Amino acid sequence: MQEEKVNGLSPDRRERWGPVIKDGVIAAWPICLGYAPIGLAFGVIAQKAGLSPLEIGLMSLLVFAGSAQFIGVSMISAGAGFMPIVITTFMVNLRHLLMSSSLAVYLRGINSGCLSLFAYGVTDESFAMNLTRFRDAEWDWRRALVLNHTANGAWIASTVAGGYGGQFIPAGAFGIDYALIAMFLCLLVFQLRGMIYVIIAAIAGVLAVVSALVIPGNSYIVIASTAAATAGLFFRRAGFFKKQERESC
Amino acid sequence: MLSAEYLAVIAGMGVVTYVPRWLPLVFLTRRRLPLWLVEWLDFIPASILSALVVPYLITTGDPRHLDILRPELFVAVPTFAFALVTKSLAGTVVVGMFLFRLAGIYL
Repeated sequence: MQEEKVNGLSPDRRERWGPVIKDGVIAAWPICLGYAPIGLAFGVIAQKAGLSPLEIGLMSLLVFAGSAQFIGVSMISAGAGFMPIVITTFMVNLRHLLMSSSLAVYLRGINSGCLSLFAYGVTDESFAMNLTRFRDAEWDWRRALVLNHTANGAWIASTVAGGYGGQFIPAGAFGIDYALIAMFLCLLVFQLRGMIYVIIAAIAGVLAVVSALVIPGNSYIVIASTAAATAGLFFRRAGFFKKQERESC
Repeated sequence: MLSAEYLAVIAGMGVVTYVPRWLPLVFLTRRRLPLWLVEWLDFIPASILSALVVPYLITTGDPRHLDILRPELFVAVPTFAFALVTKSLAGTVVVGMFLFRLAGIYL
């Protein structure tokens, strides 16, 4: 069953877009819900930094990266120049390199135009959601693409709305600030498919905390996850946790 | 009014954000990956999710410092347990939000 999905293609390639769009949009809802408070908050901050809703929307469209946009706006309002802002953005978003590499396993045989369109929407959230779905049946690159762009639409809309006056929305309403964390927690549970994954996740968590405390910025994500994945590879090569090996492939 | 300077900055930010998203997709989907890389990438999702979530739950501030007495962490324990038992994404999101709201009211 896993074999059919290796190419990321649906079994029936002539499937119409209707159900594909429906599935992608439905799967995107926790992300959209989670983006709303962050996007509004971003819009409010950006507006206070002197950006118009048009400028905010354009940034969300061109960059589409939450933390980098927050940092970008604070650097712009602090009067930072082009190069420092661009270099910082690059560092902050380097983690997507790992995410796209991971997704690539499921997207073989798809033409570069589609891949380029897909790449635009790779975020922490869409990566985690799509990767989980690719392991399930009934998920293919078109549904993943719809999910990416739905999330992107929600992000642009909520940042622009924030720029128009998101400060009128009460902070903490419905506990919505916790939506993305709850989503990540559940997606993490889905990834714990055997003892080795539990141990790798624990190592990544500890390393992430230690490096987050020691190194400024968010490079701890890349450092901790590459180190933990490398540890996992060593464990597997050393013959630990043999039982889970079959399960994962 | 959009200044050319602002447009240049966000275009630059866009390019350096897009390239790391695009490069692996275009290059890694084209060739046979060595087994070690496939195995290594198999560990990336669990590692990244854990690296994203755990610091958020137990550190705060800038520069970051440890703080384990946060509602984010208290709420994460039952939310995680709920996810383990039900394996329901929608349910976990709703439960997490509800508990976080409760924590906001009562803590």
